[in-house]
Amino acid sequence: MDVFGSFALLLAFVCAVYAFVGGIAAIKTRHPLLVKSTRQAGIATCVLVFLGTVSLEYLLFTDNFSVAYVVSHSNRDLSTFYKVAALWSGQEGSLLFWSCLLSVYVISVLIAYRNKNGELMPYVGVVLAGVQIFFLTLNNFVESPFKTLAAVNVSGVMAPFVRMDGNGLNPLLQYPEMVIHPPNLYSGYTGFTIPFAFALAALLARYPGEKWIHLTRKWTMIAWCFQSLGILLGAHWAYAVLGWGGYWGWDPVENASLLPWLTGTAFLHSVMMQEKRGMMKVWNVWLVFSTFLLCILGTFLTRSGVVSSVHAFANSQIGPWFVGFMAIILVVCFAAYIKNRDYLASENHLDSLVSRESSFLFNNLLFLVACLAVLSGTLFPVFSEWFSGSRISVGAPFFNKIMIPIGLAILFLTGVGPLLAWRKTSPDSMKRNFGWPLMIGIVGTVIFYLLGYRAAWSLVCLYLCVFVAATIFMEFYRGGKVISARSGMNIIMGMHELAMRNTRRYGGYVIHFGMVLIFVGLAGAAFNKDVLKSMNMGDSMQIGPYTLVLQSADATAEKNYTAQRMIIEVLKNNKQMMLLYPEKRRFQGDNQESGTMVSIYSSLREDLYVVYSGQDPDTNMPVVHAYLNPLVKWIWLGGCIVVFGTLLALAPNRRAAIALSAVPEPAPSPVVPALNPSVTLGEGHD
Amino acid sequence: MQQRAKFGVGIGVIVFALSFLAWLGYGESKTYYHTIAEYQTLQGSARSHRMRLAGTVAPGSIRHTAGRVEFVLEEQGKQLPVSYIGTDPLPDTFVDKSQALVEGRPGDDGRFVAEHVQAKCASKYEAAPGGDKPVPTADTQQKSSM
Repeated sequence: MDVFGSFALLLAFVCAVYAFVGGIAAIKTRHPLLVKSTRQAGIATCVLVFLGTVSLEYLLFTDNFSVAYVVSHSNRDLSTFYKVAALWSGQEGSLLFWSCLLSVYVISVLIAYRNKNGELMPYVGVVLAGVQIFFLTLNNFVESPFKTLAAVNVSGVMAPFVRMDGNGLNPLLQYPEMVIHPPNLYSGYTGFTIPFAFALAALLARYPGEKWIHLTRKWTMIAWCFQSLGILLGAHWAYAVLGWGGYWGWDPVENASLLPWLTGTAFLHSVMMQEKRGMMKVWNVWLVFSTFLLCILGTFLTRSGVVSSVHAFANSQIGPWFVGFMAIILVVCFAAYIKNRDYLASENHLDSLVSRESSFLFNNLLFLVACLAVLSGTLFPVFSEWFSGSRISVGAPFFNKIMIPIGLAILFLTGVGPLLAWRKTSPDSMKRNFGWPLMIGIVGTVIFYLLGYRAAWSLVCLYLCVFVAATIFMEFYRGGKVISARSGMNIIMGMHELAMRNTRRYGGYVIHFGMVLIFVGLAGAAFNKDVLKSMNMGDSMQIGPYTLVLQSADATAEKNYTAQRMIIEVLKNNKQMMLLYPEKRRFQGDNQESGTMVSIYSSLREDLYVVYSGQDPDTNMPVVHAYLNPLVKWIWLGGCIVVFGTLLALAPNRRAAIALSAVPEPAPSPVVPALNPSVTLGEGHD
Repeated sequence: MQQRAKFGVGIGVIVFALSFLAWLGYGESKTYYHTIAEYQTLQGSARSHRMRLAGTVAPGSIRHTAGRVEFVLEEQGKQLPVSYIGTDPLPDTFVDKSQALVEGRPGDDGRFVAEHVQAKCASKYEAAPGGDKPVPTADTQQKSSM
């Protein structure tokens, strides 16, 4: 099967090269047969990559310990669930997985648009094939996952041999989130290839109008959604598994996933400027280019270990390949831009500082600055070594100092931007749109203050959260009221109907609402507390309203680890609440790896997070580390709503005319003249 | 044109304010990476920096004393005595011959005073794709306040 797999990948490489070279010839000659054959070569590439991926999974499932990758990342005891995940737990496998996910996108695009956009698609095919060639080069010639084990045997000849068992999967990765987090993040990384390919193709082909934006909106949203989900799942894994009480450490690998998300989010917003007003065309094209470059950079940072991260253990040879690839992309993009930049001339200019346009402009500025800040902080050790000779790193204070104000400013714009009119906003409409939300925000902040959330940044954040939530609710309420007045349905149904008629706009609001909840959760971080204590059986510790009593300890032997578990009783106001079981696992094997199982009691108000940190070496007493993290659950909740909002925004619009014609026109109601124009005109996110 | 100027000023103010914050954050959290050999040749103000050093824990050198853990890091034949004064328990992976990363400042008595220690065994595992995160260590430096 390893021969089959490597052969499939080699053939995939050949097909990709044909799709690339033939594609260029097809663009030059416009020969219909050539166009068709290159498209089919593109499809064949994808199918062959799938076959290669399936054969690696097959090797993992059949415990074929003659293959080096299987030996390094699996063993006989590993459960089926984690054997699937073993595919992307190492360098070679995860690069193959990259190719595989990319192929899913490529094959979908090639098939979906096979009879459409004839002028553009050959270009798109060439760009996609170019990206595939790069990854297939790595899969075939640099980091092949199908290498077999060999050793010098007794007669002095190199001969293949088979190991009895493998080394197993890194215990830190043996958690359900670790199985779904990388595919999500990778689907995000790879997904941005599609908008990149369309943007570059449109520029190269001088494809008229904004059609490439309409074509790629869906793909960008899907990639964005996967990326967001991947980041949140990673944060949740760090929180639930690593046992240091937090979910985000500004680690290079975390930052690498955030970078394309920031530019991708900026792009999702700024395309609206191009669609509505024909502005920011250059900017949009470069945002897509940078997003794709940052996806490649992210993969590079994760895989190459160029920035000394605590876990960048994999110092492999792929670094120069990635740097070269990024340089080629940059050169191609730049050349295409220089050659065809007149095609990107703006059709309008900014009219007013208080307008939708300017809110988008500032939104983009903030996202870009955020991206630059994270990028420079992440690469600081590399650059400082280049320029000054000493390797200097920056830590969390650097990132927090910049990102907190940027985050709050973006949150503010989330509330304000969608309600500003295009071109110029009148003071009247400002009063109408923002009067109530500002007031509700103040009331909300007072309530938070009284509840004990009294740190300046957090209060600002919570104020903005309430304000933004109120603007969103008002938008739904006003629109829903109009529909219910016209159609006779109740207001809840009216709001539902409203969302379904303009899914893009109202899906966008739902995503914003999800982000608001995430910010509520982030604001809670200012109130985190922790207590560390060596405890004897029967000892207790106090954290916030909770009393933790160490009842007993036990040890259990599992299939591939032994677990030492603390049994801790939790009391709140002297009332017995529950038992928590923080645990330490020691995995079998030469290295005596250990893992921490955090025990968390989570409520909307706060998480009680208890870690068994091991024994005090002096006294041999168990050390318990308890954290009280307010509002964390809101982050995961917000994440779910973001995903739901994205799905809503992807759904097709329901036609309003059908619903309205079924109901007789009601008598003119006083509501109608007071309509917010944005509701009736479908202005805004659409 | 006047609109453009307004936008220019707005953008300038934002970028300037954020650069200032970045500079503050940089001053607060910058950490120098040194080898033990380099560390021993540092002079003057360079010795007062916050820094990060890596090495192998010398076998048999770990001693627990009241409130601190003392050990010796080795790298290319050079030795560095370290006192760990942090509150978190040392990671399980911190044993003789493990690779350790210490972070802190030079002390007065020639010992390096570490606030954080990370350790890893010579791992048979590679880093995971996309999402692998810091191994669970007693390190807190990289953790944000979130």
